[in-house]
Amino acid sequence: MQLASAVDPQLADLSNKLIYSAMVVYTLAMFAHMIEWTFGSRGAVAVRSKEQSVTLAETVAAADAKAAKKVTVTVAAAGGGTTTLTRTAVAGEGATVVTSGRGADEEDGPGAAGTNERADLAGRIAVSLTVLGAALHAGGIVFRGLSVSRWPWGNMYEFSCAFAFAMTAAYLVLLASKKNVRWLGLPVVLAGLLTLGIATTVLYTDSEQLVPALHSPWLAIHVSTAIFCGGAFYAAFIATLLYLGKDSFDKRIAAGLTTGPLGTSASIWRRLPAASTFDKLSYRINALVFPLWTFTIIAGAIWAEAAWGKYWEWDPKETWSFITWVAYACYLHARATAGWKGRKAAYLALAAFACWLFNYYGVNIFVTGKHSYAGI
Amino acid sequence: MSNTTTETEQPPAPDDSAAERLSTAPVESDGPTGIGPFGWARWMWRQLTSMRVALILLFLLSLAAIPGSLIPQYQNGQGQLKVEAWKAQHATVAPIYEKLQLFDVYSSVWFSAIYILLFVSLAGCIVPRTWQFVGVLRSQPPAAPRNLTRMPVHAAWRTEADADVVNAAAHRLLRKRGFRAHLSGGAVAAEKGYLREVGNLLFHLSLFALLGGFAWASLAAGTGGKLMVQGEGYSNTITQLDDFNGTRFYGSQDLDPFYLKLDSFTSKFQTKGDQIGAARQFTANVEYYAGSDESKLKKSTIEVNHPLEIGGSKVYLIGHGYAPVVAVKNGKGEVVYRGAVPFLPQDGNLTSTGVVKVSDYGVGPDGNKTQLGFSGFFLPTAPLSFEGTGPVSLFPGDAAPELVLNAFAGDLGTDSGLPQNVYQLNTRKLTQLTQDGQPAKARLKPGEGWELPDGYGSVTFEGYKQWASFNVSHRPGNSIALVGGVLAILGLIGSLFIQRRRIWVRAVPLPGGGTQVELAGLARSESAKIAEELAELAVDLQDDAPASEDEDDATETDVPEETGAPAAPDASSDPAVPADQNSKE
Ligand code: HEM
Repeated sequence: MQLASAVDPQLADLSNKLIYSAMVVYTLAMFAHMIEWTFGSRGAVAVRSKEQSVTLAETVAAADAKAAKKVTVTVAAAGGGTTTLTRTAVAGEGATVVTSGRGADEEDGPGAAGTNERADLAGRIAVSLTVLGAALHAGGIVFRGLSVSRWPWGNMYEFSCAFAFAMTAAYLVLLASKKNVRWLGLPVVLAGLLTLGIATTVLYTDSEQLVPALHSPWLAIHVSTAIFCGGAFYAAFIATLLYLGKDSFDKRIAAGLTTGPLGTSASIWRRLPAASTFDKLSYRINALVFPLWTFTIIAGAIWAEAAWGKYWEWDPKETWSFITWVAYACYLHARATAGWKGRKAAYLALAAFACWLFNYYGVNIFVTGKHSYAGI
Repeated sequence: MSNTTTETEQPPAPDDSAAERLSTAPVESDGPTGIGPFGWARWMWRQLTSMRVALILLFLLSLAAIPGSLIPQYQNGQGQLKVEAWKAQHATVAPIYEKLQLFDVYSSVWFSAIYILLFVSLAGCIVPRTWQFVGVLRSQPPAAPRNLTRMPVHAAWRTEADADVVNAAAHRLLRKRGFRAHLSGGAVAAEKGYLREVGNLLFHLSLFALLGGFAWASLAAGTGGKLMVQGEGYSNTITQLDDFNGTRFYGSQDLDPFYLKLDSFTSKFQTKGDQIGAARQFTANVEYYAGSDESKLKKSTIEVNHPLEIGGSKVYLIGHGYAPVVAVKNGKGEVVYRGAVPFLPQDGNLTSTGVVKVSDYGVGPDGNKTQLGFSGFFLPTAPLSFEGTGPVSLFPGDAAPELVLNAFAGDLGTDSGLPQNVYQLNTRKLTQLTQDGQPAKARLKPGEGWELPDGYGSVTFEGYKQWASFNVSHRPGNSIALVGGVLAILGLIGSLFIQRRRIWVRAVPLPGGGTQVELAGLARSESAKIAEELAELAVDLQDDAPASEDEDDATETDVPEETGAPAAPDASSDPAVPADQNSKE
C-alpha cells in the first residue's frame, strides 16, 4: 500500500475564499446593474437618438469635407425598414470611416442606462465590479488547480466554477472588443451567481486528486471544451429568451398594448437592442459553438475508447450529449427551413438548451452511469 | 451578348430566381403531381427528402434517444444485471417494456427505423445536391438581376467615366478579392465562398462514414473477459477466456492469438479527506507476446486510460481485487488444497466475497468420500469489531487484512458435469460445520490457521495476492468512424463560418451623358458583412468611377422606386430576395 500524493490545504482554502469573494463582488455588480436599469429612463431615449443623429450627421459632414470618396450602401431589413451604411475614404490617408444609421423600426435601444447619467455611472461601476469578480473567480480556479497540481475540473463543483467563469469571461471579452453588449451584464451576472451558488452549496467537494479514470490528457481537452460550449450555449440561451421577449413586445405594441410580455415595463424593452439583433446574436453563438460541441463529443468518444474499450456505449451522459447535439442540429436546420424561422426556431433553441442543462445537472444527479465522478 | 453593348436598355437577366438561390437546399413541393402510383411514389420521395421531413426526423431521433438514458439497457456495462434488477422491481410493466424493446432502445426496431429513414432522406437529399453543386461549379456565376437597386443590399452613383471602363474595373477588383467573376452583357456577376457548400456536403457525407464505422463495428467486433491473479498468464483462446461475446465476422475461432501474463499490480488510494478511499492509481505490470513466438516476450503496463494493443486486440484494465492464498489440510495432515482464490469486491472499500472449493478432499472423518467448501469475506482493512456492521472493510488498501470463513462439508456438485459458478457455493447438498452448537466461523490474519471442528483438518490463511480483470476487445471500424468525425468537423467549420455571397456590378451609360453605376450584393440574412464588403468594393471602384458632384440628386431622381421601401414587403413575389427568405413551403 502506498499513499496518494498530498493536497495542499492552504491553497485549497485560499481557492474557496476567492470563490466566495467573487460571489460577493458579483452580487454587488448585480445590484449596480439593477440600479442602472431602474434609473435609466425611457423618456430620454428619443432625446438620445436625436443627439445621436446629430453627431452622426456631424461625423459624416466632417468626413465629407476632406473626403475624396464616399459611398452609401442601403440594406433592406427583414421587417421592411432599411439601414444605411456609409463608408468614406479620407483623401491622402487612405483611412476609412464607417458610420451606420438604422431605419425606424429596426432600431437598437440605447442600453440599460438610457441617457440618465447616474444610471450610466451605475452601469460602469457594475462592469468594473464584474471585472474584479472575474479576476477573483479566475484566482479561485487557478489555486484550486495548484492545490492538487492538476487541471481544476475533476468534479461537478469544479466544472461549475469553470463554466461560470467561461460565461463571464466571454461577456467581458465582447465588451472589451467594443461590442455593444452591456445590456447582457445583468443576465450574465445573474446566471454566474446562480451557477456558483449551486456549485458552492449543492455540489461542493473538497480539493482532491483524481480517480484513475480521469488520468488522461483528454480530460483537459474534452472537459475544457465542454465547459466553454456550456458557457456559450448559456449566453445564446439568454439572447434567445430576449429575442422572444422583444419580439412579443414589438407585437404587443403593434397591437396597441402598452406593456411588455408578463406585464413588464415597456421602458425596459425599449432600451434593449432590436429583436433581430438578439436573433442574429443567438444564431451566431450557437453556430459558432456547434462545431466545437461536435468536437467535444468526439474527444469524449476517443477518451471513452481509451478508458473503457468502446468509444460509444450509450451511457446516459453520452446519450444526452447526443440528444443535445441532435437538438442543436435540428435548430440549425430549422433556420434554413421555410416556416420554421423566427419564433419556432427559437423554441427549438430553448429545447436544445434544456437538453444541455439536463445533461449537465440532471444526468449527474438523477441518473447513474460511468460518468459519475468523485463527489457527485 | 457582348461586353461592349452601349444600349441604355438593360439586358434581360436569364433566370432571376436561380440567381438568388445561394443554397442547394431542396425546394419543397406542393402536392402529388401526375397520376397513379408513380406520381404518388415520386411525391412521397420528394417529401421524404425535403428539409421539413429531415427536421422532423432529427427531432424524433433526439426524442427516441431519451428512454434509453432513463431505463437500464442490456448493452451498457453490466447491463444484464441492471436490467434483471430493474425487471424484478417493476414486475407489472416489465413485460410491456420488453415488448416495446425499451431495454434495447438503440437496436430497437423503432429507433432503427428513425435513423434509417433519416439516412435515406439524407442520401436522397445529398446526392442531387452534389450534382447540382458540380453544375454550379462548371457554369458561370448567375447573371445580374434586372434591377440591382431592388436587391436587399445595394449602392448606386453617377460618374463621368465610361461604362465599359467601369465594368472592366469592377471585374478586375472582384477577381482581386477572390471572387469568381464574369463580365458579360454590360454587367459583372461574381460569386465567392463555394467552400461553404463544399463544407456542408462534406459534413453530411461524413455522417455516412460515421454510420458505416458504427455498423462495421457491430458486425465485426468481439470482446472477451479475463481475470488473472498476480503471476498467472493465459493464451487468448476461447477455452482460456472467462467469457466472450462475438459477432458475425469475429467469432470464437477468429480470436487474435497472443499470450498475456500479469506480473504484478499496483494500487493507490486516497488516505485522508472526504474522499478517503477513492482510487488514485491502478497499474498492471504485464508480459506478453503476439502470435505464438515465445521468444518475443515483452514487458509493458496497462492502466485505466492506457490499454495495451496486442495484434489486433486491445486489452483494457477494468477491475481489480484481492485473492487470499489458502491451504487446506485433511484430518491426516495432508495438504489437499493450496491456491490463490479471487474474491469479488462488493463495495468501494473492497469488502470482497468469495468461496474456496476443496473438491479433492478425499475421505472425511466418518470414513466416506466427502468434499469441503468455504464461503467468506476478505477485508483489506478490517475493523476491530464486526459489532453492528458485520464484516465490512474500512479502506480499499491492505492496511489490516483479514479473512472471514464459514466451513461446509458434503457434496459440492462439481462432479455432476454441469458448469459451475466459481464464485458461488451451491449449499444444497452441503452441511455447515458447527462448533458448540453455533455455525463454525473464523477470523484469520495472514499466517494464522484454523483447526476445523469434528476432525476435518485445518485451514491456513497463508497470505494474499492482487488480481486484475481485463477486457480484451477487437473493434475494427474505429478508424473509419474517427475519419468520419474529423471530416464532419471540418465540413461544419466550412459550412457555418464561410459566407457564400454574390456581388453584381452594372455600369450603364445614361441618355443625357454620364454613367449610372449600380452595385448589389446577396448573402444570407445572418450576416451584415456583405454590406461592408460592398462598401469597400464601391470605395475602391471610385478610383475608376469617381462620383459626379451632384451624385446625391442623381440617385434620387434616376431610381425613383428606391425611395420608400427598397425591398417590397411581399417577399415571396419579389425575385430579388435571398434564398433563405424565399418561401419554400
Ligand atoms: C443525419 C442527420 C443530419 C444532421 C445531423 C444534419 C446536420 C446539419 C447541420 C448541423 C447543418 C447546419 C450547417 C449549415 O447551416 O450550413 C445542416 C445544414 C443542412 N442540412 Fe442537414 N443534417 C442532417 C440531415 C439532413 C437531411 C436528411 C437533409 C436533406 C433533406 C439535410 C439538408 C441540409 C441542408 C440543405 C443544409 C443547409 C441549409 C443551408 O443552406 O443553410 N440535412 N445539417
